[in-house]
Amino acid sequence: MADELELNVNGETRRVSAAPDTPLLYVLIDDLGLTGPKFGCGLAQCGACSVLVDGREVRACVYPAGSAQGREVTTLEGLPAWHARRSGAAVADPPLHPVQAAMIEEQAPQCGYCYGGMAIKAAELLADNPSPSDAEIVEAMNGHLCRCGTYPRIVAAIRRAAEAMRG
Amino acid sequence: MSAGVSRRDLLKGGGALLVGFSLADAALAQPGPPQGPDRNRIDSWIAIHADNTATVLIGYVELGQGCTTALPQVAAEELDLGLDQLRTIAHETDVTPYQGGTYSSSAIARGRPQVQLAAAEARQELLRRAAQRLGAPVEALTVERGVVSAGDRSVTYGELVGDQPFEIAFTGTAKPKAPSNYRVIGQRAPRRDVAAKVAGTHEYVQHPRLPAMLHARVLRPRGQGAYGSPPRVLSLDENSIAGIPGVRVVRLRDFVAVAAPREWDAVRAARALKIEWEHGETLPEKSALYDHMRCSAEAETVVRAEGDTAAALSGAAFTATFEGETPYQAHAPMAPNCAVADVRDGEARVFCASQDIYALRTALAGLLELPADAVTVRFAESAGTYGHSLYDDVAMAAALLSRELGAPVRVQYMREDEHGWDTFGPAHIGKVVVGADSAGKLVGYTYDGWQHSWSFTETTDQLARGTAARSWPMGPSRSVNPAVCGGMYAIPNLRLVDHPLPGAPYLRAAWLRSPLDLSFAFVSEQAIDEVARQAGLDPVEFRRRNIADLRWRGVLEVAIEASGWAPADSRPRGGDIATGRGVGLGTHLAGWGGAVAEVEVNRSTGRVRVTRLWGALDAGCAVNLAIVEAQIVGQLVQTVSRMLYEEVRFDRTGVTSLDWSSYPVARFADCPEIVPIVVQRLDRPSSGAGEEVMAAAAAAIANAFCDATGKRMRTFPFTPDRVKAALAA
Repeated sequence: MADELELNVNGETRRVSAAPDTPLLYVLIDDLGLTGPKFGCGLAQCGACSVLVDGREVRACVYPAGSAQGREVTTLEGLPAWHARRSGAAVADPPLHPVQAAMIEEQAPQCGYCYGGMAIKAAELLADNPSPSDAEIVEAMNGHLCRCGTYPRIVAAIRRAAEAMRG
Repeated sequence: MSAGVSRRDLLKGGGALLVGFSLADAALAQPGPPQGPDRNRIDSWIAIHADNTATVLIGYVELGQGCTTALPQVAAEELDLGLDQLRTIAHETDVTPYQGGTYSSSAIARGRPQVQLAAAEARQELLRRAAQRLGAPVEALTVERGVVSAGDRSVTYGELVGDQPFEIAFTGTAKPKAPSNYRVIGQRAPRRDVAAKVAGTHEYVQHPRLPAMLHARVLRPRGQGAYGSPPRVLSLDENSIAGIPGVRVVRLRDFVAVAAPREWDAVRAARALKIEWEHGETLPEKSALYDHMRCSAEAETVVRAEGDTAAALSGAAFTATFEGETPYQAHAPMAPNCAVADVRDGEARVFCASQDIYALRTALAGLLELPADAVTVRFAESAGTYGHSLYDDVAMAAALLSRELGAPVRVQYMREDEHGWDTFGPAHIGKVVVGADSAGKLVGYTYDGWQHSWSFTETTDQLARGTAARSWPMGPSRSVNPAVCGGMYAIPNLRLVDHPLPGAPYLRAAWLRSPLDLSFAFVSEQAIDEVARQAGLDPVEFRRRNIADLRWRGVLEVAIEASGWAPADSRPRGGDIATGRGVGLGTHLAGWGGAVAEVEVNRSTGRVRVTRLWGALDAGCAVNLAIVEAQIVGQLVQTVSRMLYEEVRFDRTGVTSLDWSSYPVARFADCPEIVPIVVQRLDRPSSGAGEEVMAAAAAAIANAFCDATGKRMRTFPFTPDRVKAALAA
């Protein structure tokens, strides 16, 4: 049965009519009209759908929307503001998260379909570990797939973003 | 996206790129013949706006390969406009010109001359008008960013043409610029689609939402059986989903789908619907696949025959015979395919990610029994497809469902649909015999290939209409590739033979990035290494002695130099970890690719790692160096994936590799250190850069494995079990 769910998504309170066991991804895409998280497998295997829930990366394609109630959901769209808030900067009209900026500087994506999940996971990593080694980057990112084979440029972008964030 | 709007609206403001677009679009928006706007008219390609900017209409689709950046570079070069003054428009039938399907690395190879010519014609006409306006001869005019000057007087393109069509056909007299004058071609212009992709605002085919649109899911058995034996519905119990609100079931013969206003309800309904299939054991045993292929070959076809191969081989000082068997591999795009269709009142609008929207329109018109000019197909990007995945199949499904339901329908395939019903890159058997004389010169070469044809009939069409399983009508769908099978060497006696198989009872098949070339090079280049070993020659030195073509020699030398290859290599080969390095050459249809690989083989676990990979590509004129480098990196990573991990699994009933766990692909941790090298030749035609270095890399990896272990792999992927078996043999 459809319930009224109250979700905090990208800093805003949103009410949607959906069963609590609906995967969060469908609510984000279909009810809230977001385009950052992508459907890739529905099996939590690829990472295209990743979002942050209370700062931790989860696979929205299997994460029940009901479980997100009372928590902060951050999608790719909200990543710049999430980062600005954490770093004490102005949240209004924030610049891209440093990892997004670095992905552009590295001209990393090809089709780009996996990049929402990549940016989310990389943001989680850099929040935990401001100076990751290449091995730590690979270990953190290894659950995210990229069919175009842009892995080397994603690693380079994360490295570049870490440097930028350290100042 | 403002989906479902008229063509005129699409031109006026269908996307962010078109803000302020005020072209007199009537000339572009006329319904055209099935092949789209007249390609011999400037207005079909170039529109000049009053604000001195321009739109270039491109008939190739963006697949992440960068053609919506590189083709505007071509136009900017000819028109002497800045790249920032040019925009593109979404690819749509009757709006953008037909340039051919976006496959076989054609977007730049074929698209560059087309766009170049159109832009040169436009420039010639603009200069003719400017000369009149300024009262100066054309020869005295200079152009900078669309400002035409004669001495101290100037006029802009926008003032000359702005918002009016050219209304002229090609003259045939326009001459493109000489490469020595290039200012934009060859530059590393940033890709125009990257920022939106990273920000999450790029519009993919998964995104359009139309008013009152229904979400649909198709029902098929999990994993296809043989191509010629589609499944049949034995029973269907609609009551099994009665508890899910608003769900409708559509059945057309054996095509079954569910649709609902809410997407999750459609997913739940597809899972819950009770359906019984006739889906028998139609496939060969996987373990007997290659024997089955050998036995079912039709009459052989000679692809190329030069000299007397039999005599040359029997008189050769050294001969090597090598036979390889290679697997079905999947496109497995990150996004399962998706399409949105609105079929009502005798008209159809379809949003999809087809590589050839004009061909799809023809197919949809047949499927829906509508005239072609009642069908509009608009492209939106999906995840990288790397060949013919299910984009046409899903578009057909959406179109049929919209017609049946009388509402716009979005069909999103699930992961198991995409992995299970893909048109796979087909399996192959290759047998090569190579002979060299005592001086290490190749004297004879034969290659026999066994492969079945590509599948022409989409599954939706088979199930919904009972359409027969036809084979792909064009020859190259199942032919040994002369460019890869010995084509890089000067061999006086050469014979290439196809052993074509019927398309049934095998898996569905179609082109997969660098179709069959990885298999051809895997077989052929291992035999070249083997005969070099017999001749006592370093594999690089042996290749040097047998290459006459300077461009093959070029990619070999730059890859070798970059990798620091030294002939007398003496790395330790004992211990648990064996290391080796290998070289390979290859291409797709045109272009020149060379690669060097370094691998580590763990003798006890059987695990293989590619540690370093150099790939050199001569694609003629690289319009955008950075994009070609990115293409090389992607090709090399994907080649590692295909050589080490990827294989479609099946039993006699159907495909069983239905997700990323049963069909593994390369991950971050599997990625070697990669060095892409572009051999830039501005004065040559562009020959394509999307798939021309994979065959070389596949061969280099195979040869590196043998260098490390002394054993040759006869199939891929190099899974631990296979590696351990090869090491024990």
